[in-house]
Amino acid sequence: MRVTGDLDMRSALKETLPTVFGYIGIALAFGITARANGLSVLEIFLMSLITYAGSAEFVIVSLIALHAGIGSIVMSVFLVNARMILMSTVVAPYLSKESMAKNIWAGTLLTDETFALSMNKLNFTDHQLNFRWLDTANIFAYLVWGFTSAIGGMLGNLINNPEKYGFSFALVAMFIGLLYLQMISDRAIKLTIQFIVVIFVAVLMFLGMKWLPQNGLLLVVTLLGCGFGVVLKHGTK
Amino acid sequence: MALNSYVLLVILGSGLVTWLSRVVPFILLKQFKLPKVVVNFLGFVPICIMTALWMESLLIQHLGQFPTLNVPNALASIPTLISAMISKNLLIIVIVGVISLAVINLVM
Repeated sequence: MRVTGDLDMRSALKETLPTVFGYIGIALAFGITARANGLSVLEIFLMSLITYAGSAEFVIVSLIALHAGIGSIVMSVFLVNARMILMSTVVAPYLSKESMAKNIWAGTLLTDETFALSMNKLNFTDHQLNFRWLDTANIFAYLVWGFTSAIGGMLGNLINNPEKYGFSFALVAMFIGLLYLQMISDRAIKLTIQFIVVIFVAVLMFLGMKWLPQNGLLLVVTLLGCGFGVVLKHGTK
Repeated sequence: MALNSYVLLVILGSGLVTWLSRVVPFILLKQFKLPKVVVNFLGFVPICIMTALWMESLLIQHLGQFPTLNVPNALASIPTLISAMISKNLLIIVIVGVISLAVINLVM
């Protein structure tokens, strides 16, 4: 299964499979964790359908377990998910010829993973993206996430320690793969520059963990990494 | 099935801020074009975000001190990266990653 230049539904479904596989593992783990922290299956299902925020949902569950204030939970979620602003900003220009409704809908269901898939896809399609491809990937990922978290909730206390089966690594593996594929196929930025930026971000993440809570750190480091990249790109021209 | 009003409000509130983060750029960029320098800047978002997400899984935070290494995830990253280089196929990479971590958890 390789990524193709086609932007139809079939290729979208095929190319979203690794994401879906990762979501199944993580969503099961989420459902189980949430159930163990006292949430009902309905609450788990609604959170995955309405909040739909992957890692932030784990944060929410841990904060609910502590009976944290609603305002402070919402604030944490905003911080964790503020990176979505960046990702949407990157994807949106590719859909600007589509209608406003389609733009809003595509944004509504965009995730880290469908964003990363889109970026990889661009390297095969001459930098084109369309609504149908992104929407298919988004909806496939969304439905799997929602229903699998509910199933995880139902399995609830039957399984403990969901981490030990290795599924928690599925999405990390996907990001490793996509990072590698992005680096070798993005011709807009020289490989050496990309490599230096990756090292820079990795070092900043390490150092930053001492000072900044993880929630906000990822966004700060990403912004600094992009700034550093621009300086390098122009400095070496 | 229980639906607690506190939990519901948390779901709705965090859903709203997440939705706005996702959708507002789409609404704005439907009407405005980004200047070249911003486009250049955003060109680095994919590799930066993916590296940061990867690092987040490799490090365990202890505020005030330097993070420690998540050894199982760090070890599992090695075969995963190698499989990426060999196969260039995302599904294979994900499967290799999951199996690697499962094996490491079994052994450690």
